[in-house]
Amino acid sequence: MSEDIILDIKDLQTSFYLDDFEVKAVDGVSFKLPKGKTIGIVGESGSGKSITALSILRLLDHPGKVKGGEINFKGRDLTTLTDKEIRQIRGNEISMIFQEPMTSLNPVYTIGQQIRETLKVHQGLDKENGTKKAIELLKLVGIPSPDKRVKQYPHELSGGMRQRVMIAMALACNPDLLIADEPTTALDVTIQAQILDLINDLQDRLGMSVIMITHDLGVVAETCDYVAVMYGGKVVEYQDVKSLFRNPKHPYTVGLLKSIPRHDTDVDELEPIRGSVPSPKDMPKGCRFAPRCPFATELCMEELPSLDHVEGESEVRCWIYTDHWDGDAEVKAHGPKRVAQSN
Amino acid sequence: MAQKELLKVTNLKQYFPIKGGFLGRTVNHVKAVDDVTFEIFEGETLSVVGESGCGKSTTGRAILRLDEPTAGEIEFDGGDLLALSKSDMRKKRKDLQVIFQDPYASLNPRQTVAQILTEAMAIQNVIPKKERRKRAIELLETVGLNAGQIDRYPHEFSGGQRQRVGIARALSVNPKLIICDEAVSALDVSVQAQVLNLLKNLQREFKLTFLFIAHDLGVVRHISDRIIVMYLGKIVEIADKKSLFDNPQHPYTKSLLSAIPTPDPEAKKERIILKGDVPSPIDPPTGCRFHTRCPFATDLCKTEVPDLRNLDHMKEGHRAACHHIEKIVTGDMQPT
Repeated sequence: MSEDIILDIKDLQTSFYLDDFEVKAVDGVSFKLPKGKTIGIVGESGSGKSITALSILRLLDHPGKVKGGEINFKGRDLTTLTDKEIRQIRGNEISMIFQEPMTSLNPVYTIGQQIRETLKVHQGLDKENGTKKAIELLKLVGIPSPDKRVKQYPHELSGGMRQRVMIAMALACNPDLLIADEPTTALDVTIQAQILDLINDLQDRLGMSVIMITHDLGVVAETCDYVAVMYGGKVVEYQDVKSLFRNPKHPYTVGLLKSIPRHDTDVDELEPIRGSVPSPKDMPKGCRFAPRCPFATELCMEELPSLDHVEGESEVRCWIYTDHWDGDAEVKAHGPKRVAQSN
Repeated sequence: MAQKELLKVTNLKQYFPIKGGFLGRTVNHVKAVDDVTFEIFEGETLSVVGESGCGKSTTGRAILRLDEPTAGEIEFDGGDLLALSKSDMRKKRKDLQVIFQDPYASLNPRQTVAQILTEAMAIQNVIPKKERRKRAIELLETVGLNAGQIDRYPHEFSGGQRQRVGIARALSVNPKLIICDEAVSALDVSVQAQVLNLLKNLQREFKLTFLFIAHDLGVVRHISDRIIVMYLGKIVEIADKKSLFDNPQHPYTKSLLSAIPTPDPEAKKERIILKGDVPSPIDPPTGCRFHTRCPFATDLCKTEVPDLRNLDHMKEGHRAACHHIEKIVTGDMQPT
């Protein structure tokens, strides 16, 4: 990738320190995000996708700590900054929106007051100019009669409108990077379509880069340029979006794609992944996915593969793609997708 | 189709009073379900889809009489459900079971799986006391758990496993109809697929009938035979699965289908983005309730409530509640 890389995360590790043990919520996350593009971080509950986002902005709650790795944002390693410096970046150069807009808005302040606060802290705007800018922002995110809405409280708005307000606040300082953590999960599908459309449109107009955290592969397919698939705190696969859906490489990604009931085609029988997601307290010691993987060998159970390049920019964390592979030669020759289909 | 009707719901209405004012009088009603009529045939899966507040869960609860319906008739297996006394209704629930969305909230945390399953059998007294534990073990194996887990508590299970316990409990009394209220919505995709396959297999094995309430149209396409689409307390379209997905008639159904993100970045699709939000069911729009967001709405839509209609170009049993089906299908009417 020779394009401008705005964010380059290398081997990020975040742990939560409980009384007598350490929960490795994020344990080896690496990816690059070119400027103006969208990367999707996909995974199921407990995969560490949200913790990755919170680590970037240093928003982790108490027992959680980034303990290793680099977060290079516009040439600076965010892990080395002081709290004061990170506060300058947060909300200014990097903004974040969350799943539940009701809990991220303060119920006792009006929409206008809350947007003004951001503008005051980061741009020093006074009340009059702040209100003017707030109305502009609400208009930008498609809220009808913005001059009336600035005076309203969060409970007076619907879920979709609240999420638009959150986006308006996030955009207040023209961030270079927007982190969206399941921004549409709590919304109905027709409202989700509106919000995804809005994010795409704003990205085109403002040229910002986006990290889209989601569990929904449909959302990924429609909004992202690159995808990092996470499992058990690690990135197991990184590809551009078309290659990922056309030619998924990691057995987990393959399994995930076969598990989705599609609304656009008929599938006779879903092929679920057996078992369930491992608990971060009790991670398998080899490949995190090995106990659920149909191709796992003893090597997979014992040793963790690294995230390596295969074919151009694609990266995958799986023994199948290495010279050490000691399992079925068919799988190596044709990839997990084809083999699983013939079974 | 000479199928036997298992459940027939006629003109079902469910209004919830809103109390307010000085004396706590009823000031208004939430019209959660407003005049809904449909039937379920034995052995089929009928799904009810729609967005939050459309009345799909309320319909399920009304059938079970978890909330007493305001008006309407519910006929189940030849008998009138609403005429039953409370204790007779409890007995009837042997045939009418339910699986809820949240497997964390619907299992008693202080009971072991054995207790949860045998309690259901004891209430309905379907199996002699001595054999209940044996039956509970069988049920666990039927839903893909193992006998060794029978004395564990719900917190020792994962979400997917808990949902399997919920399914085992519903099966424990040999019901005829199971209402699945968002039964797989809280589960991760990989686990959701396991539970969906399980439900399909159980249906085949035990000749079950499902009323499947869901908002995920992918899930619905996978599991259903017929589908009802609801909007603000009314049925807007009802059809067999194939007709609904391949030949949707109501503008709301079309936009709903087009709004779902497709897990294929190379799929070309035309998306119909609806304006605005779902209006409040307290004071729903007059006429067709969708007219405030509909790209085809005319003055007629604002005043007249459309009936569910079947037209020549639609398959038998496929009905939609729109005044303009004919003109939309011929292209005489274009979205504004």
